[in-house]
Amino acid sequence: MNSRFILIFSSLFYFCSLITNAQSYENAQHHQCLKCHSNQTYAFLNSVKGKEEKRLMNPYFILDTVAMANAVHKQFDCTDCHSSEYTTYPHNGNLKLEPLSTCLDCHGGDESYAKYKFEQIQEEVKKSVHYKVYGENFSCSKCHSQHTYVTTARNSDNVLDIVEKDNQMCSSCHNDMKKYKMVSGHENPKLVQVHDWLPNQELHFRHVRCVECHTEVIDSLMVSHNILGKDQAVKKCVECHSANSRLKASLYKYENLQKRSEARGIQNVLSNSSYMIGTQQSPFLKMLSILIFFAVLSGIIIHTLFRIFKK
Amino acid sequence: MGKTEKIYFYPVWLRIWHGINALGIIILIITGISMQSSLDSPLIGFSLTINLHNIAGVVVMLSYFVFFIGNMVTNNGKYYLIKIKGFFKNPIKQGIYYAWGMFHGQKLPFPLSEKRKFNPLQKYSYVLIMYIAVPVVIITGIALLFPELIIEEVYGFSGLFLTAILHSVMGFFISIFLIIHIYVASIGKSPVDNFKSIISGWHHL
Repeated sequence: MNSRFILIFSSLFYFCSLITNAQSYENAQHHQCLKCHSNQTYAFLNSVKGKEEKRLMNPYFILDTVAMANAVHKQFDCTDCHSSEYTTYPHNGNLKLEPLSTCLDCHGGDESYAKYKFEQIQEEVKKSVHYKVYGENFSCSKCHSQHTYVTTARNSDNVLDIVEKDNQMCSSCHNDMKKYKMVSGHENPKLVQVHDWLPNQELHFRHVRCVECHTEVIDSLMVSHNILGKDQAVKKCVECHSANSRLKASLYKYENLQKRSEARGIQNVLSNSSYMIGTQQSPFLKMLSILIFFAVLSGIIIHTLFRIFKK
Repeated sequence: MGKTEKIYFYPVWLRIWHGINALGIIILIITGISMQSSLDSPLIGFSLTINLHNIAGVVVMLSYFVFFIGNMVTNNGKYYLIKIKGFFKNPIKQGIYYAWGMFHGQKLPFPLSEKRKFNPLQKYSYVLIMYIAVPVVIITGIALLFPELIIEEVYGFSGLFLTAILHSVMGFFISIFLIIHIYVASIGKSPVDNFKSIISGWHHL
């Protein structure tokens, strides 16, 4: 009887907390933390001067509350990851130095996350150029914002959407001088200039992810996470533009995209926004064209034979 | 040779146009097939293939204007007009001649003359190719050269994909036309006679 009461009470508590959290993310003004961290400014009582002061918020500490309310971690509250001491305001300056949990602290060794293969991803990251340059400091969150991350690639059936979200992760640093410099120590090369050799650059950037060319494709992961140095990036057109395209082992590997192609048949083939020269050869048209070609050829051969023998 | 035995069918401008067009289209077909199947030989790489295809495409487009304007301002255009009378009967007649008549000593159903440069089947295929297939392939080709011009979605279908399909289907028909065109050209006074004509301008009857 007692245990049942505890169970009911704790599940009620859990659901209430879910509701209040969700509400508070959506109503940033009423959230204890977000009422400041979704704002451009904050105010505090300067105890030395003995008066209230208003300051500009560090732009990197302003959170996108709309994105947060839709993100994978939306059911968590700030202090689930950050120190509970942050609830006192003004915050203690030393709190900035607290070691935060890493992704693997929650996701590692957990059966329910096994399909994401976090451990293997970590191994791959350790081989990557990012890790070589920045070591342990290059945490998952450098690309996958823990506040706003959404799993697009596994859920969306729109290639362009997947590509856009994915490339945003890369461009958020590679197209940002300050963030890039923090990791590399030098200014970021201009993406447009670096990819000058690539024909129809804009089209490529919209239709394929950076990782398509800049990672090693491995079968056991959706994205290998071993980001290669630029000298090892794919530069050969036919690596993608061929019937045996490497995209089939990367971008088009997602079940959601494959299901889509099975579901709608011919309409899907035609609505495929991911057309690429050399890859999407429609098997039906290919067969038909071969048939027509050989029919014409045999017609000509038969006609020629008649011309020779029935003169 | 008597005066009636040969006609000056192909004026200089037409022969120059035909030569440039033929060369351009052959390059387009070879590079087109190569791109479609993504061949990447060390001899001619994928990017060179694309460049060649683009250049040949622009050349064929410019030469198409020569053809089109040439047919407007000279007499040559009238040979392409199709009459309603005998719309189905005439090409069938010509077809029967090629398939049966020519092996049984039948006379040409539509002998060529100053007034008739093409037999009905020839005329139909030239009209289909030059006034439908080639313009479509040129327009879709320009679109693929500047993909940002293409409408993203047409009734839920990807504009890019439709354009590409249309371009390659038309390109394929032009290739098939070329094969038949070259073969039928060998049915002349002698197998090489018509090839000489398109160079010299004189057609032997």
